Parts: sequence; structure tokens; C-alpha cells
Amino acid sequence: MNPILECRALGKSYSGKDALCDVNLTVNRGRIVGLLGPNGSGKSTLIKLANGLITPTKGEILINGQQPGTETKKIVSYLPERTYLSDWMRVKDIIELFTDFYENFNPKKAYDMLQKLNINADDRLKTMSKGTKEKVQLILVMSREADLYLLDEPIGGVDPAARDYIINTIITNYNENATVLISTHLIADVEQVLDDVIIISNGCITMKGSVDELRTQYGKSIDAIFREVFRC
Amino acid sequence: MTWELDSDRPIYKQLIEHFQLSIVSGCYKPGDKLPSVRDLAAEAAVNPNTMQKALADLEQAGLVYTQRTSGRYITEDKSMVEQLKNNLAIEQIKEFLEKMSRLGFTKQETVALMTSVKEENVQ
Repeated sequence: MNPILECRALGKSYSGKDALCDVNLTVNRGRIVGLLGPNGSGKSTLIKLANGLITPTKGEILINGQQPGTETKKIVSYLPERTYLSDWMRVKDIIELFTDFYENFNPKKAYDMLQKLNINADDRLKTMSKGTKEKVQLILVMSREADLYLLDEPIGGVDPAARDYIINTIITNYNENATVLISTHLIADVEQVLDDVIIISNGCITMKGSVDELRTQYGKSIDAIFREVFRC
Repeated sequence: MTWELDSDRPIYKQLIEHFQLSIVSGCYKPGDKLPSVRDLAAEAAVNPNTMQKALADLEQAGLVYTQRTSGRYITEDKSMVEQLKNNLAIEQIKEFLEKMSRLGFTKQETVALMTSVKEENVQ
């Protein structure tokens, strides 16, 4: 079987400025992977390339052996860094939209999670706090039965208790053959649930490996390793 | 028992230690059925693959065994549990003696001190 995500000599530059350069990467199925890096390191660029929102300047990126397109979008569930949903919509309307739009969307799952987090499906997005909106978005994304979940900063704006619930949702809801790629700088909160980490800076991969291997090698947490590598 | 995991040591090793302690302390009794990997992972808030790895290690050591379709169970071999209990105790004592020697106590002094502390506590 093809790896779920593969980058070959992948490069992306924005008007001459390199955002990613020569990235070679293979992400296998059934993994929870942390994509870590300081601000402006290329995390979102990599995720956008995987979604086909932008196209590579050099090299290629493959999802399940295919270039990003209609076929890959069926199996990729993406949480963007900014919302694209309209403010006036009620949660139940969005759920209807998603059910209509995605074959693999499971509305029951979405309603279960909404209930757990005490979110009323009749509420409109514009009446919600920033954190609640983020929760709704993540619920929508995790309610799809996808092969690859690309989560761009999923827990940035939510409180620690909800963060725990969300992380728990991620580990209990994904199926064994699905891969979850989480970009974040809240490393301490997620490292316990990650299989592997990819650390990037200035558009290049500086470190990758399994969490337990890196902990054994350095004798410290991924969070501590990150702070050491990127000390300002 | 709650899962307390340090952030600077490999997670699967800590999971193994947690199970060992649960078995030795009688939290899990010989022959008890373990919850599914997924439930255990959710309870400990760790990755299911890591939990799986820890359980595979325990299985290799013989502390748990798999019944083909019905799940994982704690070993029924009581002598093995006793052995584990002893090994863990010896580890603790070694660690303690090491710390005492760093404080400048000889083994004899440590033992004498322990006896006197124990007597004080009894009184």
C-alpha cells in the first residue's frame, strides 16, 4: 500500500522567498504525527500543499500515491488555520451541509461530540466565543471517516479542559488505518499522544522520529528538546 | 490508579511500570481481564500504538497473555507476580542506597538510621 503522505524534494517559494525547501518525507498509515516548528517555519505551507490549496514550486507531494485533487480530497479531512464557515449559520445547518457534501461524514458522531462539549446545535456561529467556534470546527473535521486528518493548530484557542477532551477525541475517534497530522506549538499538551514528530524550521526538516526514541536519545521531553533547538 | 506520566522518559516504559505496579499491588488480580487497548489508551491519554507496544512487552515478559478472540488477561502464575514484586523492591532499595551513599552514609549507618526511624514511628 502507498504511504498516506509522501513528499519528494518538495519546495515552495512565495515570490522568490523559500517557504519550504527540498522536503523529503514519508508518513505512514495509522500514525498520529506532530508537525512542530516555530512561527513561519513552513508548517501551514506543508499542510496547504497536501490539500492542493497551493501548488509546489519544486518536487511533488503525494496523498495515497496521488497528487492532491478531487480524489484525495475525499479521503483527507482538513482543519484550516482560519475558518471558512459563514457566521450566520447554525451548527445544525453546517452539519447538514457537511452530510450533503462529504460521503464519509457521520452526523451522529458530530452530535455526540457537540453534546459532550455542551454546544447547542441551534446556536449560530456568530453568537459563539472564539474557543467554541474552534471546537465546532474540529468536531466537524473529526466526524468525517477519513484516511488522513490534517489539523492546523487545532487546540490553540480552547481551554485546557476542552483541550484534554479534544485530544481524547482525536485518539479515540480515528480509525486504526487513519493518520492524523497535527501542527502545533503547544507541544507539551500533545506529545503524549503522538507516535512521531516532525520538527521543521526555515522550511527544512531538522528532526524527525518517534517520540519515545527521541525521549530515550535526549533524556528529555519533546517540549524540552524543542525549546533547546529553537532557543532565542 | 491514575496514570501519572513523566514528560522526560519514554512513555511506553512508564506504561509498563504502571501495569507492573498495578499487578504487584493487587489492583489487577491474577486472571483479570484487561480493558481493550483503545480504552486503556483513552484512560491514560496516550497514543493507542504506544499502549499496544507496552502490552506487547508485558506479554513477552509473560505478565499478561492473550486469549485468541476474547482479549488480554493478567497472568495466573502467582510465583511470577511474587518474583516481580521482589525485583521491584530490590530496585527501590538499590536506588535508595545510592541516594544515601551520595549523602555520605555507609550501608551500616543507613540500616541503623532506618531502624531508629522505624522505632520512632512505632512509638
